[in-house]
Amino acid sequence: MSTPAHIPPVWMRRTSRQSLLLWLGWLALVALFVWCWQVMTQSTIWAFVLDAPDQAADIGSRMLPPEWGYLPELMLPLWDTLNIATLGTVGGVIMAVPVAFLAARNTTPSATFLRPVALFIIVASRSINSLIWALLLVAIIGPGLLAGIIAIALRSIGFVGKLLYEAIEETDARQIEAITATGAGPAQVLTYGIVPQIMPSFWGISVFRWDINIRESTILGLVGAGGLGLKMNASLAVLAWDQITVILLLILGTVVLSEALSAKLRKAII
Amino acid sequence: MTAPAYPKTWRRPPQILANRRIRIAIQIGVLIYLVLAVGSIEVNWLRVFEGLERGQRFVMGFLSPDFTSRWRDIQQGLVESLTMTLTSTVIGVALSIPIGIGGARNMVPRPVYLVCRSIIAVSRALQEIIVAIFLVAMFGFGPFAGFLTLTFATIGFIGKLLADEIEEIDASQVEAIRATGATWPQLLVYAVQPQVMPRIIGLSLYRLDINFRESAVIGIVGAGGIGATLNTAIDRYEYDSAGAILLIIIAIVMVAEYSSSYLRKFLQ
Repeated sequence: MSTPAHIPPVWMRRTSRQSLLLWLGWLALVALFVWCWQVMTQSTIWAFVLDAPDQAADIGSRMLPPEWGYLPELMLPLWDTLNIATLGTVGGVIMAVPVAFLAARNTTPSATFLRPVALFIIVASRSINSLIWALLLVAIIGPGLLAGIIAIALRSIGFVGKLLYEAIEETDARQIEAITATGAGPAQVLTYGIVPQIMPSFWGISVFRWDINIRESTILGLVGAGGLGLKMNASLAVLAWDQITVILLLILGTVVLSEALSAKLRKAII
Repeated sequence: MTAPAYPKTWRRPPQILANRRIRIAIQIGVLIYLVLAVGSIEVNWLRVFEGLERGQRFVMGFLSPDFTSRWRDIQQGLVESLTMTLTSTVIGVALSIPIGIGGARNMVPRPVYLVCRSIIAVSRALQEIIVAIFLVAMFGFGPFAGFLTLTFATIGFIGKLLADEIEEIDASQVEAIRATGATWPQLLVYAVQPQVMPRIIGLSLYRLDINFRESAVIGIVGAGGIGATLNTAIDRYEYDSAGAILLIIIAIVMVAEYSSSYLRKFLQ
């Protein structure tokens, strides 16, 4: 018995045409990478780069041991940071709910006009980082907690809005129909048909965003929006690296704790 | 025979917390917290009032963006951001593939697993902006520090998701390849790689998108890119240029998001 003519004697994973195309694809990627690398490093001063290990050792030796006496001074900024995250989340969620209802296909009052506007709000809020929002708001309303809270809130709209409108679109249409069949008006359909279905995901999304916001609010102070970042900026300005170690450890601890708390809460909700 | 007395009205049952006492306790707790938290905000209303005029100018700048007068700076920032994004994604993915394989419990011995998982954990715990501060201090200002920051962040992101993905692959395929007498590298190429390749491509495209967004931020602490240009524009109170930069960022992010989701659908 001999093998048919169209099957090659040795098994190959790809046909020769496929492997040629694959090879060309890799070549294009490598070429693009090399080109980008050269454009990027045009103005790089290589002496500084080569110097980096010494710098790293220097900074490392300044960072240790941590200046623990600085810790009590950080408690008030920590409270501020937690407030920025929490109040920002509350504000963001409050603004995100109407946007989500406008953006969901099954609840939007006008799919041609209002839905694109809502979707643009969501995309714009998602693509601009909270640090950039904070930078703008500090310039507009002055440094302080309020700028941080508004920055966090504006950034949260997109995240919460997107996840919430997807949840609204995935609601069970039969339950809504059943409520409509009882003669309920649009507002009643909303409260009795849709809201109970999205409640668990609403709380889940909010807690998840709160956890992300804690992480982001720790650094907002770098641009003047209050909290731990403000202290970090001050320590950076005077090159007090041993204080920075304490701040970083505090941030790490807060983030880990809030992550654990949020995971636990979300498990309890869902 | 009388029917049992049904309630005449219906009340919707509580949605999340069934216990009435706990519910009330939580509500009171939330109220107390809100009062304390709102009380701790100090707002200088005079400053806010003065700033409103500036806010109005910013909105006007956003509505009539000025692309031309700072075009050279914007262009340079954009080129830096885009090249930084691509190079850091390529290197980051290349580095995170071995780390991701090492972080999969079903592929490697335990010590290797622990080392790789701790690399991933460190990279995920540190925020980009903090890493950027350190790398700028070590490597000097400019896009090279930004490139290193984004690479470092990419390792944690792709490494974790890839390791989780490899841990969930179909074990029977691995066993079938192993039964042919394949060595460990052959096992990777013929059993693992075909199963996780679509996911790697999808994640890389997603990370490309994230890296561009982040490149707009790390410029604020001196790591080059469009963020540096934006920071300068805001410092100079040139809100029309800042508006133009923000619009460009939004447009690129939108294009990247749509094309990467289209590509991912196409590849799967």
